[in-house]
Amino acid sequence: MAAASVYTPAGFDFSNEVRNSFLTERGIPLPKATSTGTTIVGCLFKDGIVLGADTRATEGPIVADKNCEKIHYISESIRCCGAGTAADTEFTTALISSNIELHALTTGRKPRVVTAMTMLKQMLFQYQGQIGAALVLGGVDATGPHLFTIHPHGSTDKLPYVTMGSGSLAAMAVFENGWRPNMERAEALELVTAAVSAGIFNDLGSGSNVDACVITATHTEMLRNFVKPNERVQKERSYTFRRGTTKFKKEDIRSLVVSEDVIHTGEAMDTS
Amino acid sequence: MDHFPTNWGRPRNDAYDAYNTYPLHQRPSNAPTHDKFADAVQRTQQPIVTGTSVLAIMYKDGIMMAADNLASYGSLARFKSIQRLHAVGSNTVLGASGDMSDFQHIQSLLDALVTEEFTHQDANTLGPAEIHEYLARVMYARRSKMNPLWNALLVGGFKDGKRFLAYVDLLGVTYTAPSLATGYGAHIAIPLLRQAVDGRQDTLTEEEARKLLHDCMRVLFYRDARSLDKYQVATVTDAGVDISDTIKIDTTWDFAEGIRGYGAQTQ
Amino acid sequence: MPDGSFSHPQQRQFNPYSDNGGTILAIAGADFTVIAGDTRQSEGYSIQTRYAPKVFRLTDRAVLAVNGFAADGNMFVKKVKQRLEWYRHAHAKDMPLRAIARLIQTMLYAQRFFPYYVYNILGGIEEDGSGAVYSFDPVGSYEREACRAAGAAQSLVQPFLDNQIYFKNQAAAPNQSHPAHLPLPDVLSIVIDSFTSATERHIEVGDGLEIYVVLAKGRSAQGLEGARGIQELSTKSDGDRVFVIRRELKKD
Repeated sequence: MAAASVYTPAGFDFSNEVRNSFLTERGIPLPKATSTGTTIVGCLFKDGIVLGADTRATEGPIVADKNCEKIHYISESIRCCGAGTAADTEFTTALISSNIELHALTTGRKPRVVTAMTMLKQMLFQYQGQIGAALVLGGVDATGPHLFTIHPHGSTDKLPYVTMGSGSLAAMAVFENGWRPNMERAEALELVTAAVSAGIFNDLGSGSNVDACVITATHTEMLRNFVKPNERVQKERSYTFRRGTTKFKKEDIRSLVVSEDVIHTGEAMDTS
Repeated sequence: MDHFPTNWGRPRNDAYDAYNTYPLHQRPSNAPTHDKFADAVQRTQQPIVTGTSVLAIMYKDGIMMAADNLASYGSLARFKSIQRLHAVGSNTVLGASGDMSDFQHIQSLLDALVTEEFTHQDANTLGPAEIHEYLARVMYARRSKMNPLWNALLVGGFKDGKRFLAYVDLLGVTYTAPSLATGYGAHIAIPLLRQAVDGRQDTLTEEEARKLLHDCMRVLFYRDARSLDKYQVATVTDAGVDISDTIKIDTTWDFAEGIRGYGAQTQ
Repeated sequence: MPDGSFSHPQQRQFNPYSDNGGTILAIAGADFTVIAGDTRQSEGYSIQTRYAPKVFRLTDRAVLAVNGFAADGNMFVKKVKQRLEWYRHAHAKDMPLRAIARLIQTMLYAQRFFPYYVYNILGGIEEDGSGAVYSFDPVGSYEREACRAAGAAQSLVQPFLDNQIYFKNQAAAPNQSHPAHLPLPDVLSIVIDSFTSATERHIEVGDGLEIYVVLAKGRSAQGLEGARGIQELSTKSDGDRVFVIRRELKKD
């Protein structure tokens, strides 16, 4: 293999930064990606963690997905809510989930939440905020329940209740007002639902349904569409079209069925 | 609206934080770098000494409004016993966030207006609806001269058995609702206020309303870095305007006892 | 700032405009017109209020819907109403619809170099008794049409109206033609479905719906009698009549 003709120094490569700022100056912004406008939350309770998320994904002011899943699987008793660029949150959590599984197989132990948190923050820091993933990571391991937020630049927080995304202020208001230490499971679930609902109804970037996930030492329960407060009303009219509504200029019917004869020759494969 | 007074009235830039991972929409300038008018006379200003959120709700007997006692100088907590609630006539209260010197100018305009009305001696007094309409016209006229009064104002009142609550800001934008908030309150307090007030305005008691505003002011003190744990409450009922003495917010921080570090630390 | 970087010096300039979201639409029938708008007022990702009317009765035969920058919209409606009152005092009658349309054009163009950032749709009954819709751009270019949507969800609603009202891309059944005007109940259904659909897919549309219906003089209220939450706004019962229908929309 030929040697690289240009010297590449170790460390970060910022060559695209020059191009990007040139384009921005010329009035060409970076391409828009699907974002999960989002309210995501997590809260500690007596026996573990409750995570919550809304289900709206947006592209600017347009709703791209009315019922997307924002609580991602990391391991059996670790889950991660994602806000920000949808693709980034999905791929980042999937990659870390895969690495956590390999790590668990290598060590022969159940994975820890801090391990996932450290892997995520190291990856996000490496990409200097270019991976637009804002995460709420929660789970229960041998050392007890843990809850973290991870920002796109790689900083983390460890708190008993956390929120992220455009609805984070609405949700945090509910937590600041209603969270108490050592809540029962039902109380915690109700509080998380109220926090996500505050985002759904007061933040335009969040909407549709409430997803929740309750993680305890013995069991993880994913409550997909736990509350559905925004079902669409029945339409006033039916919009089925009469057959022949769409005009066409020519008709060409072709058979796409391929028939072939298989002729057996020689001996059959040894499958014993 | 956007909620740092220093960003108000500035162009929005959708290229910035397009993925809205950051909760608040700040608005740095997206104006062209080479502006033909850059050398011309500019009255463009920015707020200097600022007040943060004002909250207001309707309740059974009238309206209730709250604002803390802080006037900030950038990130410096400069004046810690400023009153941001102002009685106008005997049926109206005005709450102001944004630039405090512009607010004082508005106070003098309103005092002159009320005096002028009084001198007519025609048994007619200005109610909250008239005060709000006047302020909306003043604010809209100033923005149209590209010389805005850098405030977001709440006007509340009770006259002839009717409650009134409305908003007006530096752009001249107005609206009314059973619960209103300016600044950070629009993001943090409004979800709690709407939950408790909307649809229950006619049954909410004074005690409940006071507790609700107290809880919201506490949450704002926890989460708004330009806020203070001292605030005042104004009520307007058929008994007239009442602006309370300063109230101190009770806070707890013991949840922090169990927290160690921000990541893998355990000690 | 979270992304950290604005390398060139910033110029801090006051922006006198804002966008307050929402959507309006109007559809003209043979002897009626329907003008509707949602009632959400927003800025950025915040809902300012769930009830701020965008549709206003001007006279017994004219209704104006305004959308865009709320402060300009409200101020513009105030000024139009004032001019119509002056007309009433001068001529002892209401201004005809086509004259209101021309008045709105001149009022908008007068602000050509500091425009009202407002999209107007004027609907009502012409002097010949036909339903009419006039749509305007912010600086006064206008046109009479059979239907028009404007505002945040214009790009979602207008293609739907083109298909359902103008029958675009729909071939008529053999030996038949499309109707020139739809009956009132069909129009109301299309308006309601337009708004519930826009609410599903546009974040700035929702909370409430106000549908104004203007009926030509002498036309019965047939097609309106069953409507939920209807209220009559006309000042006299023997001329053109105005009704409003209020509905809830989703609040997320």
